Amino acid sequence: MLEVANLACSRGDHRLFSGLTFSLHPGEIMQVQGANGSGKTSLLRTLCGFIQPDEGDILWNGKRAHDLGEDYYAELLYLGHLNAIKDELNALENLQMSAGMAGYTVTEQQAIAALRRMGLQRREHLPVRVLSQGQRRRVALARLLTGDAHLWILDEPLTALDVGAVGLMQELIGEHLSKGGMTIFTTHQPLQVAGVETRQLTLS
Amino acid sequence: MAINWFKYSAPTTFYGLAGKLIPFFAWPAAILFAYGLYIGFFVAPTEATQSEAYRIIFLHVPASILSMFIYLIMAGYAALGLIFKTRLSSMMAQALAPTGALFAFISLWSGALWGKPMWGAWWVWDARLTSELILLFLYLGYIALQASIEDPRRADRASALLAIVGSVNVPIIYFSVKWWNTLHQGATIKMTGTSMHIAMQQAMFAVLIACWLYVIAVTLARVRSIILEREANTQWVNDLPEVKQANGGQQ
Amino acid sequence: MNKLSLMGLFGLVVRRDLLLAMRRRADVLTTLIFFVMVVSLFPLGVGPEMDMLRKMASGVVWVAALLASMLSLPRMFSADHADGTLEQMMLAPQSLSVLVLGKIVAHWMLSGLPLALIAPVLGLQFDMSPEALWILVLALLLGTPVLSMIGAVGAALTLGLRGGGVLVSLLVLPLCIPVLIFGAGAVEAVTSGMSVASNLAFLGAFMLFALVFSPFVAAQALRISME
Repeated sequence: MLEVANLACSRGDHRLFSGLTFSLHPGEIMQVQGANGSGKTSLLRTLCGFIQPDEGDILWNGKRAHDLGEDYYAELLYLGHLNAIKDELNALENLQMSAGMAGYTVTEQQAIAALRRMGLQRREHLPVRVLSQGQRRRVALARLLTGDAHLWILDEPLTALDVGAVGLMQELIGEHLSKGGMTIFTTHQPLQVAGVETRQLTLS
Repeated sequence: MAINWFKYSAPTTFYGLAGKLIPFFAWPAAILFAYGLYIGFFVAPTEATQSEAYRIIFLHVPASILSMFIYLIMAGYAALGLIFKTRLSSMMAQALAPTGALFAFISLWSGALWGKPMWGAWWVWDARLTSELILLFLYLGYIALQASIEDPRRADRASALLAIVGSVNVPIIYFSVKWWNTLHQGATIKMTGTSMHIAMQQAMFAVLIACWLYVIAVTLARVRSIILEREANTQWVNDLPEVKQANGGQQ
Repeated sequence: MNKLSLMGLFGLVVRRDLLLAMRRRADVLTTLIFFVMVVSLFPLGVGPEMDMLRKMASGVVWVAALLASMLSLPRMFSADHADGTLEQMMLAPQSLSVLVLGKIVAHWMLSGLPLALIAPVLGLQFDMSPEALWILVLALLLGTPVLSMIGAVGAALTLGLRGGGVLVSLLVLPLCIPVLIFGAGAVEAVTSGMSVASNLAFLGAFMLFALVFSPFVAAQALRISME
């Protein structure tokens, strides 16, 4: 369970949000809303530990995430604006490398299966350089299929995706939630997971 | 009586406190400086082997001592700021750096002036001169890093880490340079002659104390500026009489 | 799903960086060419007298190696920073320090190691004796890892800054002076018939010292820079 208590965060002199309190239970999904510059990305990056909050605590299963450190990271999968994939490597290599950074190994079969599910058949061995923006995003998203992190933190996951891929994402998140996972995300496009109510958190 | 020291570690209260303290350091610094240099330049006897040229040491030695001490104090404050996240400590570190660099520069410059009549060269690759030069480089690196990061929090933390790494390296660098120097049989500055005359000691001591007081005064003044700069958007700064006056003057 | 051990992570990062460099060979080669060029410029600057060249050879090679490794430092983390890989690295559940150590080792294999291997050829231009060449290579092999390790801290601190390339040299060069002194000193010791053991021992000590602390410090620097 993720609990956030009285969180405050600022960039430079500018206070983005303060007194933010919420909790997220297994099987729940939450959308962070707000205008541009309201601190959506900063909130997600704070949850990942990149940004030290000015005030407040982030608790994972009752323990401070900051104290848990690497044990917390093992429960967490973050997908930011940047895809974290290398142009020089092919899709398969990229997926295997990012799995390694996240602390586990995937076999070639597993990786290929994940890429296929993301609709990248016959693209596995092409350098990512030659893929389109949407296809690159799909390579990045394939990480969702290989790991076993409980908490997904997705910053604008639907950017550059076509309708088919958006549907696929909804399906993937649905599966993740049904296995007891949690998701917190931002988006400017509608994202509805069938049978689950999406909680809203609005930053102003 | 227990004094709440933490109260003064908040920039808001420290700003006022520092303003009150500055004259108590600045005036004695000026007086002692004048006294020490007078004794050093006019009262102290001429040295047997070096004649009048030796008198530069009354500036050179205190500047060298301080340039080294300030680096350690700066690294100490930086470490405090990094570990305990006290903003004032980081500001102190930032405020000390230019003064440290200044003293390192004075030390090099006065060393060169001393070297010319002594060895006939403006610069010799003496172990101490070389170490001082590297120390100046370390100061400049610290200042450059602090200046090129716009976000003050990142600037504080990054430069603090650099200062700590630097201070761990200072003994290693000093030792290496000394080793290198003995290997190459370079010239070494030695105070020739017998024990120092009492007037010389007095002058040196007075200037040293004056320099310390100057460092404190100028650092406090600089910390005040840094506080104003960083808190420019806050209410309490805008309520300060001097800020109101300046803003009023502009309109 | 198999968990990856610390050694596994270390190996993965090294392999990954080497693979990336192999597909972008120009970067490695420019560093090497720069090194060769700088060393070759010295005789043109100071004149072709063999006596003088022999005397300054070790110093010239070392200073050039120092500059060449500075040249490749800004690239150590910048590409990973730009494409978001660094964010994922910071979330690695094993240890960021081990990951950074992997990147340092890869950086050394792509900058320091080639310099050490090509140095004897350059030494011949300066008419160095065979024993001196051996010691030069040995000293470079011991010293260049330290440059990569101290450099990693500087590169992490200046990540994403404007003018980071020059700034990193400004921060790192003074800290590398001991390596320069003992590295060049080793070669000089052998040419003047003294024992090189102490010089090499100091270089080794620096390397161990840096090996213990620099990955951790660089990891902290990365966390500071990523905020």
